Formats: sequence, structure tokens, C-alpha cells
Amino acid sequence: MRRCRIKIFWLIVIISFWAVPGMSRAGYDYIDISQPFLRKIPMAVPWFKNVSSGHKTDQLSKSASDLLAETLEFTGFFKLLDRDAFLVAPQTDAAFASVNFHDWTSIGAELLVTGGVLIQDDLVEIELRLYDTFKGQLLVGKRYKGRVEDIRKIIRRFCGEVIYTLTGDRGIFNTEIAFVSTGTGNKEIYICEFDGYNPRQLTHTHNITLSPAWSSDGEWLAYTSYEKGKPDLYIKNLRENRGYVVAKKGINTTPAWFPNKFELAATLSFSDDPEIYLLTGTGKIIKRLTYNKGIDVSPTWSPDGKSLAFVSKRSGTPQIYIKDLNSGQVKRLTFQGRYNTQPSWSPRGDKVAYSGMENGHNNIFVVGIDDQGPIQLTHDEGDNESPSWSPDGNLIVFASTREGPSRIYVMTSYGTDQRRLLVLKGRQTEPKWSPRMINK
Amino acid sequence: MQKKLWIILAMVFVIPGLLFTASCAKKAVKEDTSMSQQAQDEAEKAKQEELARQRAIEEARLEEEAIQKAKDNFLNEDIHFEFDSAVLAQDAQEILKTKAEWLQNNPNVKSTVEGHCDDRGTLEYNLALGERRASSAKSFLVDLGIAASRLTTISYGEERPVDPGQNEAAWAKNRRCHFTIN
Repeated sequence: MRRCRIKIFWLIVIISFWAVPGMSRAGYDYIDISQPFLRKIPMAVPWFKNVSSGHKTDQLSKSASDLLAETLEFTGFFKLLDRDAFLVAPQTDAAFASVNFHDWTSIGAELLVTGGVLIQDDLVEIELRLYDTFKGQLLVGKRYKGRVEDIRKIIRRFCGEVIYTLTGDRGIFNTEIAFVSTGTGNKEIYICEFDGYNPRQLTHTHNITLSPAWSSDGEWLAYTSYEKGKPDLYIKNLRENRGYVVAKKGINTTPAWFPNKFELAATLSFSDDPEIYLLTGTGKIIKRLTYNKGIDVSPTWSPDGKSLAFVSKRSGTPQIYIKDLNSGQVKRLTFQGRYNTQPSWSPRGDKVAYSGMENGHNNIFVVGIDDQGPIQLTHDEGDNESPSWSPDGNLIVFASTREGPSRIYVMTSYGTDQRRLLVLKGRQTEPKWSPRMINK
Repeated sequence: MQKKLWIILAMVFVIPGLLFTASCAKKAVKEDTSMSQQAQDEAEKAKQEELARQRAIEEARLEEEAIQKAKDNFLNEDIHFEFDSAVLAQDAQEILKTKAEWLQNNPNVKSTVEGHCDDRGTLEYNLALGERRASSAKSFLVDLGIAASRLTTISYGEERPVDPGQNEAAWAKNRRCHFTIN
């Protein structure tokens, strides 16, 4: 595996910044983080203005404004207004000089993003602004300069500013999703960007490869592969061609990185019984975490690292349990149904998403750590499995057979806005959302 | 191994046959003086010899077949499980007893026990369940006197179904332990 991630990113220069008067960081009253999807905020994104002339500028203005609209819509926070409903031309000077806010409030837009695009040779200069139309206020304004092919990064960076201004959270625009795909005839691990863009094959094991897990810094990926004929655990650095292997007798599976540490939990069965262990990032056993005859598998850490949720068959059927690492106490979390597996602890720490089987089909549920719920998020559409939270806790990525072969889907953490992320050859399973990438 | 058996069998059946021939020949010389009778007897003897030889070959073939069949059974006869269970049912135990017998008769063979699941459960859990199934089967064989060092386990979870169907018959076939010779 070789990944040349040259940091062309730094060529994107932010030229200017408009301070937002009267906008305090405490005033994130646009999107209520505790109920972010209760009401989608109506937003208008007219086509960006062509500052330079020519076909290339016109094309880029349109594609960049579409991309910005799609990227913001992906979060589930906004309702993008149809450009046909605009009172002004979809691409208009008014977007840039002095905005007539009444034109926007009268069609229901509460937020407005305008932009201007200037192309000189292979360089693009793009100015982007977010307005509160009812207050008639500029919330954020930025001008970026970069290469034309970096437009996607520029748009995403501005979207990050928009989300930060509205929620106080940095969002998910610099995250990726790892998943398993059978496109080559074997299960191999792939990585795509958060919105399904640019999928690429990471492993070339020519054998069964499963269960990717990101380290907190996004630098390491652990996974299970039959590369040497049996299920061993591979710990791979994503930037450099180095790593470690745990190849004990039996299974070496379900890695889960400890938050912000070079340590991970995994299921090993060298004792003839699948148990969960804590390992160093180099694959050495630190200690055993579960003690129970029978299956213990699929660990997931609480964000503070103080507790571990996992699947155990100790009461006769697979159920999810939580172990408090300090007291050593284990309590059962799921009581509905006879087959609850694949726990994924939410980044805010208050919930666990999992797959529950009823009538032979798996669906995704969310249960509160305080025993609230569970709430079923997917219904009556094939098998829905392997939930994984976005690092801001607002979205869940999962695998579903609702359209036939298994594919990757995304929904909000409340189960709304379910949509397919991408289509590739073969079947796609086991998506895992990355943490925010520091260097992206 | 098989070649050796063949040779031993051949010796068991063919050598007594030869001895029998020799003794009969001697008797024949003593008894009858009639040339035609003698010729008749000799023809009869040759016929008997030929039959004996053929019987020996046939018996050796049957024996060989039985050996091959026992081996095929060991390789092809899977044991099956209930959903989400690694418990060995009565019929699975009977099959395992036959497998133990075969392993005892073939002390140089090392075997791998593969644990498999149907695809209704979830993948990670099924990898653990497949491992439990393989180690249940291994423990049973070890209890019947097979050295643990001759048996390896591997779980394939739900990755290698024998029947891709989505019905109880297919799922039942896929919930299995399969045996291979290393």
C-alpha cells in the first residue's frame, strides 16, 4: 500500500476575512445541537457570480455553487430552496454587491450563500459569504485562492466555516469513510470521502479482509485479514508503509482503538474462547478485558475511554453489555430482541447504536446509556447493519440490502434523510466513519 | 500409504493362492494316469486359480474402495448446528465418532476443522460463532482420544456459504463444521 498525500492543500490561501460584528461564539442559536433535525433551515444558494469572463468561469461558478449546496445539504440541517423559485436571476449581480434581503425572505430563505469566481490561468479566486437574511447580517465571509482542481477542498473548507458559525462544531467535511467491498472478487478495504467521493482501494490482500477501525488521529487503520490463511489482525499506518500484525491461534478480530491513545481493544480466541483484550498499538497484550465462557466480541469505547460496550452471549443470546473499567462492573444494555450486535458508541457519549435482529432481519437501533429507548431507525427495507457515527454525532453511516446487494447509506442520528452514499461494483459492507483529519 | 496397503493385500491373497496351486499340482501327478482326465483336471485347476486370483483382486479393490470411502466421508461429511449455537447435536456427535475412528486408523493425518455460519447474523459475531463451532468439534474429538496437536481450527464466519440461498434449507447447510486434511 502506498499513499502519496502531497500537501497541495497549503496552496489554498485564505486572502481575507470579514469579522462578523455582533456575532458572539456563544450565539449558535441557528441549529439546536440537541435537536438539530427538528426543523431544517431554509437556505438559498444562487449560482456564483462570474467575476472573470469565459466558459470556464461560468462552468466552475455553477459546479462550485452546486457542490456547496450539496455539501451543506449532506449535513441534514438545511432545506435547499429550488433556484426556479428565486425572485432574482439564479446568477445575479445582486448576490455580490448589495443583497436585497427582502428578495430572499419573501421566498422563505433564512440563510443565503453567495459567491464570486475569478479564474486566472490555472488559479481560481473565490469569494464566499453566508448571510442571515432576516437579520440582514453577514455571518461569515472568506476569499480563497488556489488551483482550479482544488475547488472541492475550497468549497468544503468554507462549508466547515458555515457549520462552525451556525453550530460551534467543526463538522465532518474533512472526514473519510472506510468500508469493505467485493469489487475485485475478494473482500478488500476501501476508503472514500465523507460524501462518497473518490473511493479507492486500500488493501490488496487477495483474500477475505474485514472490519476496518480508525485510530483517533486518523493515522492508523486496524483490520482483520485472511492474507496468511487465517483471520489475523493488521495494524497499518496510513501514511507510511509500516505496521504490525497480531497472528495468534484462532481469531484476531473486531479492533476498536482506545480514544486518543495508541492502544486498541480486539477479540482474540487463542484461549479457545473469544475474549476481548486491550493491546498496544504494536499488537502486544496489555490486559484481558472480558471474563466469560462463551462469545465476547465487538468492543466499542465510550469517548472518555472509561467504559467499553461489547457483545456477549453470557445470558444465552447475543446482547450488548457495558463494562465500567474502573469498577470492573458489567451491566446489560439491550433487553429487547434476541440478537443485538455491532455496538457503536456515539461521539457525545450518551448513546449506543447497534444492529438488532427481528423476524430474521437486522435493523439499526439507538439506545441511551441511561436506558432510554431503544429507538428503531431503519424499518422494513432489507437488512440494515454496521452503524458507525460521524465524529460530530449528527449522522450514522450503515450498510443496507434495501436495493438488493449490500451498499453504504447515511442517515441522521434520528433516522431521517436516509440516502445511498455510493455505488461500486460488488457488495459494500462494514462502513466506519473516520475521525476528523487534522491535516486535511 | 495407499500403495503400501495394496502391496500387503496382494501378498495376503496372492501368495496363499500360489501355495495352493503348487500343492494341487503335486497331487494331480500322483492320482490319475489318464491323460485326458489329467488335462481336464488341469484346465479345472487353472480355472479355479484364475477365479481365486480375480476374487483376490476384487477383494483388494473393495478394501481399497472402503478405505477411500472412509476418507471421502471424513472430508465430505459436515456436521451441522442450530441457529446461533455451537452445541453438538446427537447426529453431529455420531458423525464426529466416525471421524475420530478414521483419525485413529490414520495416525499420521492432521486435520483442520472449519467453522461456518449462515449469513443471517452479523459478520463479526459470526466469526466468533464459527470459532466456537470449530472448537466444540475439536474438543469432542480430543475427548475421544485424538491428540489436540493433530487438530487446527479456523473460523470463516459467514464468508464461505455452501449454498447462497436465502431459505431455511440453505441456512441449515451453511451452519456447519467442515473437515480438511492438512
